[in-house]
Amino acid sequence: MQKITQDKLLEKAVSLLSNGTVSAVLGWSKGEFSYDVTPKMFKTEDDLKENFIWNDFCGVNFSKYLVSKTDRFEGKILVFLKPCDTYSFNQLLTEHRFDREKVYAIGVPCEGMVDVSKLKAKTGEGISEIKEDGENLKVTKIYEDNQVAVPFKDVLLERCINCKSKKHVAYDELMGDEGEVIDSNRFDEVAKLEALTPDERFAFWQNELSRCIRCNACRDACPACTCEKCVFDNPASGVENKAPANSFEEKMFHIIRAYHVAGRCTDCGECSRVCPQNIPLHLLNRKFIKDINEFYGEYQAGAEVGSRAPLVDYTTEDLEPGEVFDRRDTDA
Amino acid sequence: MQRVGVFVCWCGSNIAGTVDVQAVSDALKNEPGVVFSTNYQYMCSQAGQDMIIDAVKEHNLTGIVVCSCSPRMHEATFRKTAAAAGINPYMVEIANIREQCSWVHKDIPTGTEKAIILGKAAVAKVNLNTPLTPGESPVTKRALVIGGGIAGIQTALDIADAGFPVDIVETKPTIGGKMAQLDKTFPTLDCAACILTPKMVDVAQNEKIRIFSYSEVSEIKGFVGNFDVTIKKNARYVKEDICTGCGACVEKCPMKKVPNEFNLGMDNRSAIYIPFAQAVPKVATIDPNSCNMLKNGKCGLCAKICAAGAIDYTQKDEYVNEKYGAIVVATGFNPISMDKFDEFAYNQSKDVITSLEFERLTNAAGPTAGHLERPSDGKSPKTIVFVQCVGSRCDSCAQKGKEYCSKICCMYTAKHAMLVRDKYPDTEVYVFYIDVRTPGKNFDEFYRRAVEEYGVKYVKGMVGKVTPQGDKLKVQASDLIDNKQLHIDADLVVLAAAIEPDKSARPLATMLTASMDTNDFFTEAHPKLRPVESPTAGVFLSGACQGPKDIPETVSQAGAAASKVIGLLAKDKLTGNPCVAHSNELMCNGCSSCERVCPYGAITYEDKEFRMPDRTTKIRRVALVNPAVCQGCGACTVACPSGAMDLNGFASNQIMAEVDAICK
Repeated sequence: MQKITQDKLLEKAVSLLSNGTVSAVLGWSKGEFSYDVTPKMFKTEDDLKENFIWNDFCGVNFSKYLVSKTDRFEGKILVFLKPCDTYSFNQLLTEHRFDREKVYAIGVPCEGMVDVSKLKAKTGEGISEIKEDGENLKVTKIYEDNQVAVPFKDVLLERCINCKSKKHVAYDELMGDEGEVIDSNRFDEVAKLEALTPDERFAFWQNELSRCIRCNACRDACPACTCEKCVFDNPASGVENKAPANSFEEKMFHIIRAYHVAGRCTDCGECSRVCPQNIPLHLLNRKFIKDINEFYGEYQAGAEVGSRAPLVDYTTEDLEPGEVFDRRDTDA
Repeated sequence: MQRVGVFVCWCGSNIAGTVDVQAVSDALKNEPGVVFSTNYQYMCSQAGQDMIIDAVKEHNLTGIVVCSCSPRMHEATFRKTAAAAGINPYMVEIANIREQCSWVHKDIPTGTEKAIILGKAAVAKVNLNTPLTPGESPVTKRALVIGGGIAGIQTALDIADAGFPVDIVETKPTIGGKMAQLDKTFPTLDCAACILTPKMVDVAQNEKIRIFSYSEVSEIKGFVGNFDVTIKKNARYVKEDICTGCGACVEKCPMKKVPNEFNLGMDNRSAIYIPFAQAVPKVATIDPNSCNMLKNGKCGLCAKICAAGAIDYTQKDEYVNEKYGAIVVATGFNPISMDKFDEFAYNQSKDVITSLEFERLTNAAGPTAGHLERPSDGKSPKTIVFVQCVGSRCDSCAQKGKEYCSKICCMYTAKHAMLVRDKYPDTEVYVFYIDVRTPGKNFDEFYRRAVEEYGVKYVKGMVGKVTPQGDKLKVQASDLIDNKQLHIDADLVVLAAAIEPDKSARPLATMLTASMDTNDFFTEAHPKLRPVESPTAGVFLSGACQGPKDIPETVSQAGAAASKVIGLLAKDKLTGNPCVAHSNELMCNGCSSCERVCPYGAITYEDKEFRMPDRTTKIRRVALVNPAVCQGCGACTVACPSGAMDLNGFASNQIMAEVDAICK
């Protein structure tokens, strides 16, 4: 149910590519199935016209792609960014991960994206076509006379239900109307976990993480994970492994990753979106964000370029560890 | 594979009392890489060190583990031993089985078990150690003294005397500090000004010394031998080099109702002022908060009257950049605020004063020209009560005052009491005390004279309450020896307020990365053996910033700090610490996390060209550590997401090996 149409985006992309403003367009492309959208670098108008799409399944956050796509690329790249994507965009600029000059960013309003697993849970397998129909998605399946109407609101991604911002924090050009930062309930689930006993919480994560198949999709999609050499690929790091040999290693991968992105995670939700095992990985990162907010004051990574995250910012006003220790009683 | 030798020290019975040293050396014999393991009574003795040297030669050792005291004690010793034996000093690891083991455990089985684990961790680490070579850095032959009280003055004079240039930075318009405010000094009763002002003049006249008065240190970068300091010279609206200190402006200034801080607010000064007659530099200063010209542009009288034309209302704060080889902290002390001590009615009655205010009241240059008069009505007090330990030696539960002894109060109170009885023999003087502490040369004799010769009434006990009533102060106190309540109608009550470090000390410590204790006194590198050095190399401590001190002690420490500075500045080159961070540029993302957590500003970035597998080149931003500035704190290694940052001598894999050895 996107307010801005695919035609408008396509028209814009074609005009910028044809007038030479940009040399390539980073956009969403048709995949194997109607719900299967893949990122693509479009370099010709024909390719754009044939394959470019914009619909309720364009969840991919392109920010991370700019790191590799701008590398040694001649000319500018047009990128479409949803509001949540712009936070990752800024965070990567803060970390000097790509050259801003090489990018032409267009802000696109977003009404939320569909969680394909949720949709399939409602319709079952065999989807051949999905059409927007008012507040519903009209799903046609390969089986005869099998049409299901699913309310759009019921199949949103978790990150869209708890959307934190409809506002674009970075762009060269904005299409459609600008939104607002939203006072979401995204920390409610974290608070529920905090209320559990340590044993219950351990059991919860044990159960969730036991499903992990170490496909690395979360890391590969995460815009905070752009290291030249990831510790999990580096034999010298001491934590490299390709598959969890036991339940301890299952957890270590995710805990190490959560620590690595702590303070840099913008809560874009890509990790949970791409997880084929539906592990709520965003909860680990949100716990860190919630703690940072509570200990050091509200901080949203990527809200602006160059902001200094509390965990990696030394100032002469920093509290001594003893003072933090003393403060724990008053906070509790 | 290393060939590791393990040497377990008994430290007499310090370790051997609670650790079975034989069991430790036997157990470590079987650790990977260990080819030799023994124990000895005193490993740090010449015989012990010779044992290490012999073992290195006999067993071709490449690494050494000494299970002994804290590395702070003898790591340097054993590194030298290793060098003497011909192996790299950084191939030595210390397992602290004394402070962290034998001293904290009571029974031999637990102590022994833990000692073995600590030893295993050290062996695991030394197996991954690599030889390190320290770099060298030049020494800037100039010292900075922060604080211009007697401590700073003495330190500066001594350093200058050895031929090195010194700068003093003082926040007040004049040097002199607290001593300039005192009347007489114990135990000889010579006048403070008479012995201090000649030293202040010496400072002013010494060609090697520059005074930055009315200034503060705003930024410190760099490291021992190479500090880069920014000094902020606050605008005093008077050209320092032109002002002759004639005082005409002070006389003519119409704004005369500014509380005089030099007399602790007991009289007033003008908006343009010279703190006191012997001020150094003797230059006027305009207080911008009181001057009408600066506030609303209406006046300008001082500029008209100044024959030298020294007044400059447009003056701005000025920043001076200077390099120093050594920094001496001499920020001194202040009496604590009496706000939390309502029982003594300090805020209710003008006749309840602190001892420092009493000094000004009896000082010939003070607000009463030395006549002892009550601040409220100017009458001569006939009964004076001195209360000692106000805010000193307080219970931590009381949530007010300090737990420590302020050290100087017993003596100055005896001095005050004695002087009152000497000049005004008809005055009754009481001193209430918890204990009288007089450990110093001629100190106890001095106190006994106050009691025995001058008839000061010393009462063991504390004053519970002071109530102003009419023109009297009702003092309610206990006499613990006679076990009775005392009620005294006093005319003046003098509180020996505890002293605390100056408020500027804490931010300064942060800039210097020098450590402090919970009371904000600077910590010395070793309480007994290195009392005038901060643990931060190149930073030295002089006077009360390190702990409460009287003048004789302050001057001794000031001289000691100066001699340490001279020792440092006399060197042409310093050997650095090789345990610094370094970045693996192949893994570095250039994300700036390390730069942002570095307290020393040791990390910069460069755009570097890399050759890629496909034969193209790529320019990437990578971190660079300046090994001379890096202090090896390791903050960057933790902040680095990719693990590109690592610390020589404390590499992540070495630390993990230790953890693994402990957890196995």
